Amino acid sequence: MGKKTPLFDEHGRLGAKIVDFGGWDMPLHYGSQIEEHNIVRNDAGMFDVSHMTVVDVVGGQARRFLSHLLANDIQRLKQKGKALYSCMLNEQAGIIDDLIAFYIEDDHYRLVVNAATRDKDIDWMTRLGSNYDIRIDERDDVAMIAVQGPHARDKVHRLMDESQRHALEKLVPFHSLNPGDMFISRTGYTGEDGYEIILPAAKTVEFWRALLQEGVKPAGLGARDTLRLEAGLNLYGTDMDETTTPLESGLGWTIAWEPVEREFMGRASLEAKSMDSATKRFVGLILNDRGVLRSHQRIIKDNREVGEVTSGTFSPVLGKAIAFARIAADVENDCLVEMRGRQLPARIVKPPFVKHGKACY
Amino acid sequence: MSNIPANLRYTKSHEWVERLDDGTHKIGITDHAQDLLGDMVYIEVPEIGRQVKAGEECAVVESVKAASDVYCPLSGEIIDVNTALDSHPETVNKDPYGEGWIFQLRPSDADEWNNLLDAEAYAGVAAEED
Repeated sequence: MGKKTPLFDEHGRLGAKIVDFGGWDMPLHYGSQIEEHNIVRNDAGMFDVSHMTVVDVVGGQARRFLSHLLANDIQRLKQKGKALYSCMLNEQAGIIDDLIAFYIEDDHYRLVVNAATRDKDIDWMTRLGSNYDIRIDERDDVAMIAVQGPHARDKVHRLMDESQRHALEKLVPFHSLNPGDMFISRTGYTGEDGYEIILPAAKTVEFWRALLQEGVKPAGLGARDTLRLEAGLNLYGTDMDETTTPLESGLGWTIAWEPVEREFMGRASLEAKSMDSATKRFVGLILNDRGVLRSHQRIIKDNREVGEVTSGTFSPVLGKAIAFARIAADVENDCLVEMRGRQLPARIVKPPFVKHGKACY
Repeated sequence: MSNIPANLRYTKSHEWVERLDDGTHKIGITDHAQDLLGDMVYIEVPEIGRQVKAGEECAVVESVKAASDVYCPLSGEIIDVNTALDSHPETVNKDPYGEGWIFQLRPSDADEWNNLLDAEAYAGVAAEED
């Protein structure tokens, strides 16, 4: 028996198959994960993501603290409500977690971190935060629903009053708003437009049911995984962890090297590693043959093992297997992937694989 | 609870066998198996004419979640395969005992039929995994 979100009984009522995810009992699918995937690509689906950890960093030195904690630069957030994607590194520049940080007020930032990494994340933030005048405030009084798809925003707007609707219509991607007791950001993990909505746990069931009434279909972790892979978005724990740096994980773009005097955690190790030509590349793979790419499959080039698949799946939009892989820096164009005793050719591409419901690699 | 029709026989590895009037058999995977595997994306059927032994790997069902071998429940010759699964693998999810059959076999050893499980015995196997 794992931890349960406020929506657990709703999932049961909707016929969900429940699986353990990071210690939580979460819906894998409500019948067919491929149908759920297609609904998010073509219409609007919703995910219970209440297992994710919401942490508020509160206090006069919040910005200074985050400037040290995060590899991306919190100073990039000039406007209240804006969001920043970043890695949180250890001293060796290994990734402790990836997260989204929101600038709410000068003395109030909100971080959304992964579920399975909750304990170590909070320990790490508390440890590094002890030198600053801040408070780390975990919000276990809230739940979170992601509404995603080309019609997702319209359907959410119908549940809002007129002034909230006007404000949301003007909300640009990667920004957030606080209508009433909700926290709504135009963010997601599917590659589609939509919102991630943090709301009081006690109001979650009512809001979920209202979304159902608007025709938003529930989607589970299965669809969430195929959607994020198509969209070229990493998953912590499989695509990266404490043994890999952002440079080896396709996340070099999230490191803010400037200004050079900003001493963020992991910087010295990262600088040393960025000079190392042996650093591995993080790439996308597409299989043309039948078969599904899966994590830990070995990658071969010229009879040499050059890396492995970090996560893979069958792409419902492309009708082919896709994957992320970490490979030797000198391997280009194509490679072989070992699966079930055979070696099948795969093309090396730059993710994402799908944009606006179409192939884009 | 998964559907386990009383008129079929089963294996511990989750195949079902239907005895047809002409003495041949249709074979597929059970409702319990398709439910465990989830959405199917590829079904690899055996070659027609192949001679197989009971317990031999003779097909592969691959879902978004995992690839799984299908073991031949009986010895004999493959006489037909369900080519419709090539473009519609999801039929195995939607109708595992009907349109989702995988191959047809002419048995070479009639006694092997008695090694198969009846519905009640298979229900016990499936329940152990739940």
